[in-house]
Formats: sequence, structure tokens, C-alpha cells
Amino acid sequence: MIQLLLKMIPYQFFHPWEVVDLNRYSRNISTLSQEENQVLLQSKVCVIGCGGLGGYTIEMLGRLGIRTITAVDGDVFDETNLNRQILSDEHKIGQSKAIAAQKRMAVVNSDVKVIPIVEFLNESNAQSIISGHQVIVDALDNIPTRFILQEACHSLQLPLVYGAIAGWYGQASTIFPNDKTLNKIYRINTSNGKEKELGNPAFTPALISSIQVSEVVKILINRGDLLRNKLLFINMLDHEYDVIDL
Amino acid sequence: MKIKVKLFATLRINREKEMLMDLPEGATPKDIIGQLSIPEEDVAILFINGRGRKIDTIIAENDTVSIFPPVGGG
Repeated sequence: MIQLLLKMIPYQFFHPWEVVDLNRYSRNISTLSQEENQVLLQSKVCVIGCGGLGGYTIEMLGRLGIRTITAVDGDVFDETNLNRQILSDEHKIGQSKAIAAQKRMAVVNSDVKVIPIVEFLNESNAQSIISGHQVIVDALDNIPTRFILQEACHSLQLPLVYGAIAGWYGQASTIFPNDKTLNKIYRINTSNGKEKELGNPAFTPALISSIQVSEVVKILINRGDLLRNKLLFINMLDHEYDVIDL
Repeated sequence: MKIKVKLFATLRINREKEMLMDLPEGATPKDIIGQLSIPEEDVAILFINGRGRKIDTIIAENDTVSIFPPVGGG
């Protein structure tokens, strides 16, 4: 009963210095408790890549109420992005993907601060970009940069939520700092992923991004099973959903 | 010796999902991918009986070899 009463006390009671419209998040409850919602409101997540996976990921993180999202991408939109990248539209061709993420969230949830970084991740900027966040999301589009990100997360001891797609296929995993899971997913650090042949349709990034966002939330609220040392491999063509121990 | 081979994603194109192969003693996954004309760079994850193994690991009778290609897009 006391707990119930506590839940009825508005969030502002605990944080009188900031006014948060909790009604916005009322449909998150009771999937997420009020306390868990508050954790999300205080969280900082860094999304590396604002293309297919990253666009959906930022959209969901912002709607969930992750108050600070760093959106990292040095690229601009081109026509080939329109089939799947939710941040792209015909008016944004030639414009920065990271800045598009900021503009989009400003109209979806103005409580959320999206910090755009218009840079490609590399060995020299990786640590400074990811520093200060609770969780990092790998929404990159190539395998070599994923290894740079894994190494930076290892150095700074930050959890990394990995996702990758190619055609009908997608995979996701949650990588804690010392796991080095990418070394098990990619026997060879190759730049030739199957996406080069298959491309990516509209539905694959949305699906894998959803899995990644749910992993981010579970890390932040410390509840549920993570895909740690596991790979979720999804084949939508044949309806196969395998969780593989790595 | 009889070996079960399971292929995932694009590796199934023009091949079976799952097959039994008859291989000589001392065979390795490298022999399997050679017989199936799978380029070595298309082997990202290689399992023998559900555990990650190297491409030159010696396979035993009744082992199951699973092969996944690299998926890296975003």
C-alpha cells in the first residue's frame, strides 16, 4: 500500500527543480516501473551511426525518455538511404544524419537533448566521443569500425549493444567491457559483410534496432536477461530466430 | 565418417540448409567449405557442436558443423 501511495506521488515531488511531464511516459508504466522510468530520464546513451539502425534506435530511446542521447555520424543522406533510414526524407538529401537526429527529436520529445557529433568514429576520436555515457549503441555500417568501437568500450569499461543487418538477416548481442564478443562473431575482421551484396530493406533495421533498444533499457534498469555472450541471429526469410551461445 | 553441416543466411543460396557429408578421417571445416565452394572470407562464425572453433580443427564422426556468413550492415 505504501508503495502504491509512493507511486502516486508525482515525480516533481522528488525533483522539484525540474518539471517533467510524466503523462507522456504513462504508457511505459507498468512495463517499466516509475522508478525505472526515472532511471531512463537520467540516462545518457551514445548511438554510433545514425543510418538504418541508428535512426530507429534514437527514435525509440527518445520516446522512452532517455534524456541525453549523443548521435554520431559524419555522413549525409543520399537517395539510397530513403528505403529504410527513418531520419531521411526527400528534403534532407545532402544534409547531416546526426543533425537530422537532433532536429527530429526536438519535435518528438523536447525533453530529450540530442547532441549531434558530425564525425565518423575512428581510433583517435572514439574514446572522447563515448566517454561519459552509460551505454553505447553500435549502429555502424561496417565491421572494421565496430572493432574500433569495441576496443574503445573495453578501454573505458562501458557496455556496448551491438546490432548488424544484411538483407533478410540481422543479429544482435550485448557486449560487456571484457567480453570481446566481436572476435567471436567475426572470425576475420573483413570489410566484406553480406550487406554489400544484399543491401538492406526497410524492415530489417527496424527489427534489430528494437532488440538493441530493449537491451539498452535492460542494462539501464538492471532487469531481465541480456544477450551477453550470446548472439541473436534472425533470418526473416525462413523465420528462424536463434539465440546462440558464443 | 558422417558429419552434419548446417548453413545459415546467404550460405544457403544454391545449397541445402542442412546436409550430411561423408568425409575422411582427419577432415576439417576447411575441407567442408572447399567441397561446398564457400569462400573462406564468407565464414564469419564457425561452430562445431555449438562451440566456436577454428577452420582447421579436426572434426570427429557425427559432429555438427554450423557456418554463418559475415553480417555487418547498419
